[in-house]
Amino acid sequence: MIDVQNLTRKFGEFVAVHDISFTVERGEIFAFLGPNGAGKTTTIKILTTLLPPTSGTVRIDGLDPTRDSTAVRARIGIVFQDPSLDQNLSAWENLDLHGALYHVPRKLRRERAQVLLELFGLWERREELVKQYSGGMMRRLEIARGLLHTPRILFLDEPTLGLDPQSRNQLWTHVKRLNQEEGVTVFLTTHYMDEADRVAGRIAVIDHGRIVSLGTSAELKTSTGSATLEEAFLALTGTEIREESAGSADQMRRAARAWRGR
Amino acid sequence: MGAIYVLWLRELKRYVRSRAQIVASLGQPLLYLLALGYGLSPVFRRSGEGNYLEFIAPGVIAMTVLFSSLFSGIQLIWDRQFGFLKETLVAPVPRLHIMIGRTCGAATTAMIQGLLVALVAVLAGFRPASYGGVPLAFGFLALIAVVFTALGTTVGSTLRDMQGFQMVMNFLVLPIFFLSGALYPLAHLPIALTVLTRVDPLTYGVDGLRGALIARGHFSALIDLVVMALLAVALTAVGAWRFARIEI
Ligand SMILES: Nc1ncnc2c1ncn2[C@@H]1O[C@H](COP(=O)(O)OP(=O)(O)OP(=O)(O)O)[C@@H](O)[C@H]1O
Ligand SMILES: [Mg+2]
Repeated sequence: MIDVQNLTRKFGEFVAVHDISFTVERGEIFAFLGPNGAGKTTTIKILTTLLPPTSGTVRIDGLDPTRDSTAVRARIGIVFQDPSLDQNLSAWENLDLHGALYHVPRKLRRERAQVLLELFGLWERREELVKQYSGGMMRRLEIARGLLHTPRILFLDEPTLGLDPQSRNQLWTHVKRLNQEEGVTVFLTTHYMDEADRVAGRIAVIDHGRIVSLGTSAELKTSTGSATLEEAFLALTGTEIREESAGSADQMRRAARAWRGR
Repeated sequence: MGAIYVLWLRELKRYVRSRAQIVASLGQPLLYLLALGYGLSPVFRRSGEGNYLEFIAPGVIAMTVLFSSLFSGIQLIWDRQFGFLKETLVAPVPRLHIMIGRTCGAATTAMIQGLLVALVAVLAGFRPASYGGVPLAFGFLALIAVVFTALGTTVGSTLRDMQGFQMVMNFLVLPIFFLSGALYPLAHLPIALTVLTRVDPLTYGVDGLRGALIARGHFSALIDLVVMALLAVALTAVGAWRFARIEI
């Protein structure tokens, strides 16, 4: 379903993704784990047509994201790591707009929006503008929106960031159900090892833009002689904290805050 | 097609919800209209040019549409910052449709702003020379809105931050306004100003509007119309090209 060969992405001189190759089978749940700045989000942006690769080939359901971008987009759903809601619309309007952009028929769109809003505990507050939501509620809405149309491949970039345990549980249960009942392929990233352990079939560990290990959770543990996935992860990527130059998106967000006088 | 409509609708909803901003952005045009309109009227009349309020009203209406449409176009930067742009860019919709939807929405709201100012002008005593010219005036209003929304989109797709935004304000918006003949007649200008006014796109929009509303156009309506229509097509094409190149 996803086929990546020798993918490299540079930002100027800096190599964010360094010659990675992997495949994800139809119906698989695949996790991408790695320290901050490892290149997870960059890879997802390339797979989801938002960023062209510097070199290497990518196939999504046999299609090239750079050339057949609209066809690729029709097959995928994504929950971004960064916020991407329209804060001046209500939750309901955000979902409705999304459904329209993804050509979900109006009636179906309403039904699904209601189911998802109820599932993530937002139904009562659907008419409120998103800017009045708490951080966790926004996150839940982002997730609900990503699940509104039924994609063949679902990308989840740190979906549980800032979520309470209840919502996390709800999310993973739902994702597993989608995977089992509707055969949705899932590509996820997370910093919570227990989540990856619980849902992912195979796991790739990425560090400094390179895949350092790939296999099932059990395989990663055995190969590193660790008892838990967390230990295996630390054994593979070291214990040092990654220094990160602030990405341009962060800088812009900071500038925006200064601009609005906060 | 559906995507164009929903993105148009989104711009409208956001516009209607920003009531405080609507009122605030009407302040400046009203000052121009009322303070300059009444203040310079005696001098203008003495020099044999007629009623200044009548002369400046089309210019101020055009100014409102200019500011409003350029800013809506540049609003792209905000959508990029707050992330919503990503959401539209991964949708299975050609980028051209997204750009057109946004442009139509922004142009519509800019026209509404222009009409609000026109309403105030009427309350202040402005009357079109003949009501037959009103539909043509609408056409020019729409052309001004499209031209500058597309220009805003071009700038917004190219810029990445707020510093750039200030530059645009000082080196693009204000010159376009002051060199457009919105505030003064185009005849008998010093040579430098004559040249500058002729290369300013807004000149033709203001002139067309003035011709349609008070029958005092400097160029013929046909010239104004052709220039503005060509600019609308060209700038929309450039805007679409820049928009297609946005990387998140
Ligand atoms: N547009 C950009 N311009 C320059 N550098 C970038 C850009 N986007 C990402 N980078 C850099 O590429 C590297 C990888 O970033 P990426 O966002 O893919 O990391 P990540 O694995 O998702 O990390 P995190 O866990 O913090 O989300 C980082 O060092 C980042 O600063
Ligand atoms: Mg990331």
